[in-house]
Amino acid sequence: MTEAGFLTSRLDEAIGWARKYSIFQYPFVTACCGMEYMATACSHYDVDRFGAGLPRFSPRQADVLFVVGTISHKMAPVLKRIYDQMAEPKWVVSFGVCTCTGGFYDNYATVMGIDTIMPVDIYIPGCPPRPEYVLDGLLKLQAKIQAQHASGQRPAPELRPPEVEGHVSTERRLRPERGDGVERRKQ
Amino acid sequence: MSPPTTRASGQLETRDMLLNVGPAHPAMHGIIRIVATLDGEIVTGADVEIGYLHRGFEKMSETVDYNGVIPYTDRLNYVSPLINNMGYCMAVEKLLGISVPERCHYIRVIVSEISRITDHLTCVGASAMELGAFSVFLYLIKAREYLWELIEMVTGARLTVSYCRVGGVKGDLPAAFAEPCRKALEETRRVLAEADALLTRNRIFVDRMSGTGKISSEDAISYGITGPFLRATGVDYDVRKDCPYSVYDRLQFDVPVGTRGDNYDRYLVRMEEMEQSIRIVEQALKDIPPGPFQTNPTTGHPIPAAEMVDQAKVGNISTIADATAVTDPTLEGSARPLHANIAADEKRVFLPAKEDTYGNIEGLMQHFKLVMHGHGVRPPKGEVYFPVEGANGELGFYIVSDGSNTPYRVRVRPPCFAIMSALPKLVIGDMMADLTPTFGSVNMIGGELDR
Amino acid sequence: MTAASLIQAVTERFPEALKGSHTYRGDATVLVFREFLLDIARTLKEDPVFQMNYLMDLTAVDFSAFGRKPSPAFFASSGVAVRPSSEIPDEDPWPGPPTPHSTRSRFVVVYHFFSLRLKHRLRLEVAVEEGDAEVDSLSALWAGADWLEREVWDMFGIRFRGHPNLKRILMYEEFVGHPLRKDYAVNKRQPLIGPVN
Repeated sequence: MTEAGFLTSRLDEAIGWARKYSIFQYPFVTACCGMEYMATACSHYDVDRFGAGLPRFSPRQADVLFVVGTISHKMAPVLKRIYDQMAEPKWVVSFGVCTCTGGFYDNYATVMGIDTIMPVDIYIPGCPPRPEYVLDGLLKLQAKIQAQHASGQRPAPELRPPEVEGHVSTERRLRPERGDGVERRKQ
Repeated sequence: MSPPTTRASGQLETRDMLLNVGPAHPAMHGIIRIVATLDGEIVTGADVEIGYLHRGFEKMSETVDYNGVIPYTDRLNYVSPLINNMGYCMAVEKLLGISVPERCHYIRVIVSEISRITDHLTCVGASAMELGAFSVFLYLIKAREYLWELIEMVTGARLTVSYCRVGGVKGDLPAAFAEPCRKALEETRRVLAEADALLTRNRIFVDRMSGTGKISSEDAISYGITGPFLRATGVDYDVRKDCPYSVYDRLQFDVPVGTRGDNYDRYLVRMEEMEQSIRIVEQALKDIPPGPFQTNPTTGHPIPAAEMVDQAKVGNISTIADATAVTDPTLEGSARPLHANIAADEKRVFLPAKEDTYGNIEGLMQHFKLVMHGHGVRPPKGEVYFPVEGANGELGFYIVSDGSNTPYRVRVRPPCFAIMSALPKLVIGDMMADLTPTFGSVNMIGGELDR
Repeated sequence: MTAASLIQAVTERFPEALKGSHTYRGDATVLVFREFLLDIARTLKEDPVFQMNYLMDLTAVDFSAFGRKPSPAFFASSGVAVRPSSEIPDEDPWPGPPTPHSTRSRFVVVYHFFSLRLKHRLRLEVAVEEGDAEVDSLSALWAGADWLEREVWDMFGIRFRGHPNLKRILMYEEFVGHPLRKDYAVNKRQPLIGPVN
């Protein structure tokens, strides 16, 4: 039994490792944050060295949805549709403060944070965030992906990797005595 | 599939295809929706829908005070934010009837032209990328990074700078600005030469860009198009030359004008404009009136403040006894002499130096009356329109004031709104694949189009 | 032509059309009755004296809340009365919003014209009542007026007679109301999906 548990968690780790280093992002670029996204993706702050260098401009082929820039109410149904078209496992990164909370556009036209319409995994605030913050957010996303079960179950909040700065080391295990805290993503 | 029916005259009945180039599309940098009616590959109709990035700039600017609108203006044309800042500030200054010192004009011109270069780099880079020239995109973004580092040295931020203020700028140029600026511009020239070598005589690029997206100059004027788009059709209109503002009338530069009005001419106009902007910055750096000396007038010894602290810690008081500490000149208010150069001499508009705010009662009152809720910059009742040359064309600000501390109405005349309204005219008659280079050369910036 | 001579030329051509004019801060501005708008616009475009081939901007202002801002509790009289600099003329003071207070029109549609050859600008203002918010469309004369008028309709609710396709441009069709009017609250959201937060 323990052997099965050991093998499964090793498998989870391997799959997590593979997933986190082969991120195909869908950059849903709307506004100014797109400039910093371009800067992060280009040679100076190269995001390709983290494995996330290939954007896929179709939601069906992507696994991470980078929502970059303000989402207006006119755009929100389009965004939701794109999100729905992505296949599991998928993650959402909210890039820029307009997508986190609406930024300083507290008016009739802006969605005050995309987490009102879809679940978000990583929030990268900033107006726009420097490429270093984006890379920091990407590393946290990678840690989160690593800690996820192969089946798509998420670890409970208290089981999330405590080091919010860096990688999860490969020896890290989920503590089995705490149960496999299931945190199903709300659809 | 049902067989095509034949009419009596022997013609096949065909149906046009509707293709939705939707808001989220890989080849459109920006979110707009084009519903194209296609006859095979030829576009016979295009219905353009915008507004997907409408963020209520004009409504928000009625809720904040005059200086508070400046961060919103940054995000209008977000690839050249300093031009928007400058346009808005100059419009409010026209309403107030004040003018800023000469050094401030030169500083604004320098950063505006650097912003214009970054805008054209982004436009040319993105449109090259969409045609497949990915390396050119990477090279131009590399040049843009150098310029952004330069802007960060001056303003503190790379993209959304909020540098200009009503009545001046936030802080002076750093003391050692000319040298990094020249180096960055050298690098930019080198990158532009590389991009030129890769694109201008490239068969694929030329074939895709020439002859597509043509517009005549009469149509362009009827749509209200200005800027590089208009100049590529042969009309020589540049706000900097024809309705000069700030110190542009003292600077020598040429305005490139194209002939055919197609995508290739627009590319050439933009490349040449970048070179001209570099020329303007170099002249401005030479002609800029000097800032005040930050040295102790008796001993002539300036020492950076950090070094002074270090010397004091180890006990070398004698070396620092006569010196004046030099703090970073871009920190607002930490150097009163600098204010003469970066701010209009108008107490009811510009914040005083910090030494005055904390030092004497007049400074305190001036600070209070500019910062407290309900007070602030209060222009007289009136309306003005002030145009500047944005990267896409004439960027005009129309401001109505009712005498209170918040603007009554701020209207920005977006240059790419006019260009986008002409998009159906540009694409009808061309093939579907020509939509990509045409749209790339329009340089549609969502923040400016939809505000 | 200078601002003053521009206004004089317009006044000579259309003596009965002008409601008022000024050159505040050097911008030539004329306020006209809306029946004459199309004629004046056509003259401005085609007449060799004016040659205003550019319609630079078309917008509107809602004057219903003008001057209603409560003044701050103290220092109430501390408005800014600056000495105008020599570059910017300040001969005439601004006459105020386009109609006297008692019969104030709610909206003013503002047109900015520019002549490429003669390099002069003119601002034309047309006052419009709230209940009868309709003016003639200039889309037959300038192609750019099409989208500009759609935006004014979207944001203010002013209709344009003769416009080929007057529908919303910046907001979505399901949106109710006209956001830039002064009686529309800035954060009154009407989401298509998601909560109203």
